[in-house]
Amino acid sequence: MTVTIDRATGKRRGDRTPRPGLGRRLKDGYQKHWYAYAMIAPVAVVIGVLVLYPLGYGLYLTLTDANSLNSARTIGVNEIEATYKFVGLDNYADILWGPTAYDRFWSHFIWTIVWTAVCVGLHFFIGLGLALLLNQKLRGRTFYRLVLVLPWAVPTFVTVFGWRFMLADQGIVNSALDWLHLPTPAWLEDTFWQRFSAIMVNTWCGVPFMMVSLLGGLQSIDNSLYEASEMDGANAWQRFRYVTLPGLRSVSSTVVLLGIIWTFNQFAVIFLLFGNTAPDAQILVTWAYQLGFGQQPRDFAQSAAYGILLLAILIVFTSFYRRWLNRNEQQLAN
Amino acid sequence: MSTSTAPTQAPAEQITAPTAPPGKVRRRGERSRAASLASHGVLTVASLVALFPVAWLVYLSLGPDKNDYLHPGRIWSKMTFDNYAFVLQDTNFFDWLKSSLIVSLGTTVIGVLVAATTGYAVSRMRFPGYRKLMWVLLVTQMFPIAVLIVPMYQLLSELQLIDSYFGLILVYCSTAVPYCAWLLKGYFDTIPFEIDEAGRVDGLTPFGTFFRLILPLARPGLAVAGFYSFITAFGEVAFASTFMLSDTKYTFAVGLQSFVSEHDAQRNLMAATAVLVAIPVSAFFYLVQKNLVTGLTAGGTKG
Repeated sequence: MTVTIDRATGKRRGDRTPRPGLGRRLKDGYQKHWYAYAMIAPVAVVIGVLVLYPLGYGLYLTLTDANSLNSARTIGVNEIEATYKFVGLDNYADILWGPTAYDRFWSHFIWTIVWTAVCVGLHFFIGLGLALLLNQKLRGRTFYRLVLVLPWAVPTFVTVFGWRFMLADQGIVNSALDWLHLPTPAWLEDTFWQRFSAIMVNTWCGVPFMMVSLLGGLQSIDNSLYEASEMDGANAWQRFRYVTLPGLRSVSSTVVLLGIIWTFNQFAVIFLLFGNTAPDAQILVTWAYQLGFGQQPRDFAQSAAYGILLLAILIVFTSFYRRWLNRNEQQLAN
Repeated sequence: MSTSTAPTQAPAEQITAPTAPPGKVRRRGERSRAASLASHGVLTVASLVALFPVAWLVYLSLGPDKNDYLHPGRIWSKMTFDNYAFVLQDTNFFDWLKSSLIVSLGTTVIGVLVAATTGYAVSRMRFPGYRKLMWVLLVTQMFPIAVLIVPMYQLLSELQLIDSYFGLILVYCSTAVPYCAWLLKGYFDTIPFEIDEAGRVDGLTPFGTFFRLILPLARPGLAVAGFYSFITAFGEVAFASTFMLSDTKYTFAVGLQSFVSEHDAQRNLMAATAVLVAIPVSAFFYLVQKNLVTGLTAGGTKG
C-alpha cells in the first residue's frame, strides 16, 4: 500500500482546465495523500503547538530584554502588564562579543566541548571494552551484565545524590584516599575537581547504555567472518581491526551521535551535583538555566538566547556528522 | 563468541597449532587460564564500581542520624529502618508518588496514542513533506531543555498552568511525542508490507489496515515506546524543578532535592527515599531493558 509520489498529477492536467500553481498542487496532494495527512495530523498539531509555537515565542523573547521584573505577572490580585521592549540582536551580540563575554559564554563553551568529548570518549571506550569482555564465553556473563547495567537502571536523580554523599568533604571517597595516604581533593568545591567529578559521575551513568548497545552490535556480527579471517591467518588485533570494528560501524555511529547529543544536553548530573554552587563547572545548558531561573532577577531573554545558540550548535554539528558518515560510507562502497 | 577479544597469545598458538604439543591444543574460542582470569578480574572490578554507589546509598539509608554519612563505620552497630518508617509516614512521599505517576503515565499514554498513527504513516507512505516531517521529528529530539524552558514558562504562566500536572504533561509531550513517533516508525518498518497489502486486497481502508492489522501486531513496539516515555518523564529534573511549586505536587526528582536546603540537610531521609524510589523503577527497567536497547538503536540506524 505504499503510496509513492508519482507523476499522475501531471498527466491529468490536460483533462481538466489547466490551472497550474500552488492551489492546484495542494488540492491534488490532498486528494492523493489525505489519509497520510490525517494520520500525521495529531503529531503535526502537537509539534506545532508544543514545540514550534514556543520555539517561535522563545526566538521573539531573545530579541527583547525580558526578565522577571518586566514580564507580565500576577502579584496577588494585581495583574501587571509586560513592559519589556524590542532590542534586536543585542542579546546575541552581548553574549558573543560583549564585555566579559569570555567569562559568561566562551569559557562555558570550551568546557562544554571538553566535557562532551571526554565523556563520550570515555563512554565509548569503556563501553566497548566491557562489551568485548562480555561477548566471550564466560562463566557468570549474565550476572556481570545485569550488575553493569545498574547505573542505567537506577534513575539519574537518585544516583547523583549517592555520588554526592560519597564525594562530600569527609565522605567515603576521601576517607579511603586518606587511609591510603593519598591527597584528598575537595571534590565538590574546587573548580578542577568539580569538573573532574562531573565527568566521573556522568561517565559512570553513561557507560551502560554504550555497553549494551555495542554488545548488541557485536552479537550481530556473523561468526563465519571470524572463522574466515582466522583461516587467512589474521591475529587477534587484525580480526578486531578488520572484522569487529567495521561490523560495529552502524551501531557505533548511531550511539556516538546519541551520546554526543545527550551529553551536550546533560542537565541532571551537573545541576544535581552542584546546584548553584559551581559557576565554573556549569556547561552551557545548566548555565542557561541558571540565567533564566537560578538567579534574581531572572534573565529570560539571555537564557532563551543561550537556548537558541545551543540548538544552532547541535543542528550544525549533526548535519556535518551525518554528511561525514555518508561520505565515509560512499568511500567504503567504492 | 569472539576470540578477537581475548588479550592473549591464544590466536597465535592456534595458527601455529601443528607445532604445539598435542596436550596444549586449544579449540576455537578457548582461552588460556590467565586470559580468563584477567577477564573475570576486569569485569569484577567494573561490577564493583557500578554497584558501589548504589549499595552505599542503601547502606547510608539505614543510619538513623543525618550526619551518619560522614561516619559510615558507626552505622553498622545501629542499623535501623526508622528512616523508611519516617519517610513513609511523616513526609510527602505518597503525594510525590502520586504526582510522579500522574505525570509519567499521562505523558506515556498521550505520547503513544498521538504518535502511533504518525509512526505508521511515515513508515509506509511517501507524501509531500515527508522528509521535512522526519527532519522535524529528529531535530525535536535533540532540543536542549534550555531552548523551550523559558518560553514554556512564560506561556504556561499566562495560561495559569504553572504548578499543574497538566502543564507538566504538556511540556513532556513536546519531547515524548516526536520520540515515540520516531521509535514506532522503526518498529513498523519491521512489520512486513505484505500484511498491509493483504488488508488492502480484502478491502480495508488505510485506517482499517492500521487499526485492525498493524496495531495489534505492533503491541511490543508500543510497549517499548511507552516504557521509554515513562522512564524519561519519571527521571526528568529541569522542567519539574521549575514548574512545580507546591511541595505536594513535586515529582520524586524535585521532592528528593527538597531534603537538602541551605539550612538543613536530612541526608538519611533523602537516602531512604532514594532507595524507595530506585527499587521499583530499577525492577521495571530490568524487565524492559532488552527491548529498550533494540528500540533505541533501531530508530537511528534505519532512519
